[in-house]
Amino acid sequence: MTDTAEHIATEPELPKQDKLQRALFRFRQSRLSMLGAVMVALVVFFTAFGTLLAPFPEHIAGGVDTAARFQPPSWAHPFGTNELGQDVLSLVMAGTTVSVLAGLSVVLIGTVIGTLVGAIAGFAGGWIDEILMRLTDLTLTIPGLILAMAVAAALGPGFTNMIIAISLSWWPGYARLVRGEVLAVREESYVNAARAIGASPSRILLRHILPNTVSPIIVKMSLDMGFAILMVAGLGFIGIGIRPPTPEWGTLLSVSRSYMPDYWWTAMAPGMAMFFAVFGFNLLGDGLRDILDPKARR
Amino acid sequence: MLQFIVRRVLLLIPVLVGLTVIMFAIARILPGDPVALAAGPNATQAEIEALTVEYGLDQPVWVQYGHYVSGLLQGDLGTSLLTRRPVAADIAAYLPATLELVFAAMAIAVLLGIPLGLVTAVWRNRWPDYLSQVAAIGAISMPRFFLGLLLQLCFAMWLAWLPLGGRLPIIVIPPPSVTGFLTIDALIAGDWTAFTTALSHLAMPAIAMSLSPLATIMRMMRSSTIEVMQQDYVMTARALGLPRRQIITKYVARNAVSATLTVIGLYFGWLLGGTVLVETVFDWPGLGLYATKAIVSQDMMPVIGVALVIGLLFVLANLVIDLLYGVINPKVRYS
Amino acid sequence: MTAPLLSIRDLHLSMSSYDGKAHVLNGIDLTVNRGEIWGLVGESGCGKSLTGLSISQLLPSPPADYMAGEIMLEGRDMLKLPRPELQKLRGNRIGMIFQDPTTNLNPAFRIGDQLVDVALAAARWKPGILDCPPGAGRSERKRAARKLARDMLERVGIPDAGMRLDSYPHQFSGGMRQRVLIAMALIGRPDLLIADEPTTALDVSVQAQILKLLKGCVADYDMGVILITHNLGVVAETCSHVAVMYAGNIVESGPVAAVIERPEHPYTRALMASIPTRDTRRGMLRGLAGSVPNLITPPPGCRFAPRCPHATAACMTGVPAPVRVGRDHAAACIHAKEPETAHV
Repeated sequence: MTDTAEHIATEPELPKQDKLQRALFRFRQSRLSMLGAVMVALVVFFTAFGTLLAPFPEHIAGGVDTAARFQPPSWAHPFGTNELGQDVLSLVMAGTTVSVLAGLSVVLIGTVIGTLVGAIAGFAGGWIDEILMRLTDLTLTIPGLILAMAVAAALGPGFTNMIIAISLSWWPGYARLVRGEVLAVREESYVNAARAIGASPSRILLRHILPNTVSPIIVKMSLDMGFAILMVAGLGFIGIGIRPPTPEWGTLLSVSRSYMPDYWWTAMAPGMAMFFAVFGFNLLGDGLRDILDPKARR
Repeated sequence: MLQFIVRRVLLLIPVLVGLTVIMFAIARILPGDPVALAAGPNATQAEIEALTVEYGLDQPVWVQYGHYVSGLLQGDLGTSLLTRRPVAADIAAYLPATLELVFAAMAIAVLLGIPLGLVTAVWRNRWPDYLSQVAAIGAISMPRFFLGLLLQLCFAMWLAWLPLGGRLPIIVIPPPSVTGFLTIDALIAGDWTAFTTALSHLAMPAIAMSLSPLATIMRMMRSSTIEVMQQDYVMTARALGLPRRQIITKYVARNAVSATLTVIGLYFGWLLGGTVLVETVFDWPGLGLYATKAIVSQDMMPVIGVALVIGLLFVLANLVIDLLYGVINPKVRYS
Repeated sequence: MTAPLLSIRDLHLSMSSYDGKAHVLNGIDLTVNRGEIWGLVGESGCGKSLTGLSISQLLPSPPADYMAGEIMLEGRDMLKLPRPELQKLRGNRIGMIFQDPTTNLNPAFRIGDQLVDVALAAARWKPGILDCPPGAGRSERKRAARKLARDMLERVGIPDAGMRLDSYPHQFSGGMRQRVLIAMALIGRPDLLIADEPTTALDVSVQAQILKLLKGCVADYDMGVILITHNLGVVAETCSHVAVMYAGNIVESGPVAAVIERPEHPYTRALMASIPTRDTRRGMLRGLAGSVPNLITPPPGCRFAPRCPHATAACMTGVPAPVRVGRDHAAACIHAKEPETAHV
């Protein structure tokens, strides 16, 4: 019986292989998205191996070298050393892990919560939909950084608390997106066919609706990665994010402010790393949007 | 038109109630002991209890919320545990600085972003257009606080053209307050020195804040211009001999701007929330700096107050954008 | 003899697309004089709208490419004119009306403003249309243009014209909007009016009014008109002449009465046969079998041959030249016969 349902309810479309190949082709055609992909690959590489490859691993763990304080950029220290004599490059390399993992966690949590809220709202309709969507709109009226600041301050510093704080303001975009897609897809004939045959709502959701929402969600996640990294760094910068000695780009930048302008190099590496990572994710997301979600191209 | 305004204003009420509930919930339900902090490390148990009663923290949460809302309706945003001053008074003192910064940044973004978007749309698919598209993504990716730091390093520390931070040095007598915006007040008072000083302090933070909205408005304007240029009425205008320049700067621009307006409204709220970082970099005495200082000492009432005011301003900004949309796009008004 | 108002000779146009280069106009010949209303009929995609857009050079290039031919407006070849010169002709020598009155007026501007701008643009090259002395100031010219706009709205039958100047397009009905567009096209007193399906989007009752209005305006202003339509009924009612287009060619042209009474080209006959009449009984509605050929790889010879019931082997070689079949009446079919001289 289930087999028949699956058979009837199959969405008529291009063969998967063909669709994927066409998308890949268009992706390779777009030089900017390729550049973004390469930059993101580099960021991911440093996320995985940054700590291992760092020239001065002892500094990452908090080791100091007071004899080598504030050395300008040199071959040994391409980005100089900081007020504790630590190699700035090593700290920034290790900071990639923290920033990217934090950003990724925020985006993933936001996606999961948002998808659930949006799917429930879209499927249930009626007053459940009304309440959930009002809550979504409401969350959108509070600027994310302010909400995250308030929650982070109330919870206290730390990696987990910061991720919770940011995630609380990160889901509404996904909730709206998924709800919109659910409402659109719900009326499609193949979903009606599946329902007529008696497939359960959760099955319809998993097998038919979510696959259709994957493209816009991936696009949004890629674009959001950059902004989540910025948010993490922003909280670090105002001193309520991750605390030293864990190396984090925003915190590193914040500390370096005290040593301007004489020791300006301490700010360059963390700032440029942030810019590089965010730029990469934005280029990639922009390219993906043109390819996967041409509707949203505005 | 009046009916349209009234309906939009009434829609605000549930949003504001929700806003207070959320912010209050964060302050009360999340851990953290503000009383101990306010009383100081040497406080006795009795002193702490007295403070707890004084702030009403011994009562059930909903009673506290009730007090909070009834206070709100009388313009009472609570008392800062740290400064022991009414939050409303603090916010009133810091708000103009933030608004001045936001409006300046928004003005830069709109005044440059809209023409740039129009121009790049007309130059579509030629190299200046490609270049501007990459630059726009770059601008959106630039962390505002890093940009602020670079500006400071370059123009304040090395070149010494602009002041490092702050709003007005103590030695300059501020102009009599009319709007609360120092630049405008100085102009009203005809005080040229105060005006240039205030402007030189405003320049860098405003530029640092404006870059990302500038890029977004430009991209938005570009794509809506491209869309509008394919409309039938543009063809008619061309066919009937209207000069190309007039078609683009008058007919296309107005339609494209009305599509871009929504983004501007959204960005206003985003900027209000985002001033925190830039205010920190430039030591700009606004709401963001106030909230940051309060947060670090777990002084929640100012944070709630700031979030509430920013949320309110954000909602109001969207209302204004809606109304403007009605002016530019006459169809909206009557539906 | 003076040059005709508009004379198109052997116009060839191609449009590039992803699939290739389509030869969409394949040697168009058309002559329009003042006072004549030419109906340009054919199925969608036959090139009738492209012919209209070609005359005022409104097609973006690329993809459009004029490969050969000339478009003479009172002796001047439009295809050879530089852009600023073309600009001068639009609006005050050539007026255009398009199909959909809901999308051809700018929704964000009062119609008065739109009319005034068109009038002012036209008055730069034709100061006579404004009733004000030469060297008048900007505000005076604007006032004159507004008065002209009001007069034009009155002429096209819009009640309360003075008040309606301040209305926005969405406050008008479809028929009224088309009247506004007619006023806008005529405000620069053009010599040639190109109307592309001006009544297709309107109710049948409104259609007749608009056509009557157009006819009246032609008489008033001594214009030549090209009325592009797919509706032979509209042509029969409104036009003095007709040119039937098929796949980028004019297959038959001549005075309306002659062409309708004695269609010589098989395509014209098929088109006529597809019009339901009072005598058509249920189920008798006849369409034409087959579809318009692919213009990227057009059939050799007569482009209608693949669908033509009378096609012979000879039809497949060589594009048929127009054959004179009556007074001013020609058909591009090798089977069409010259009439006996007695008939003429």
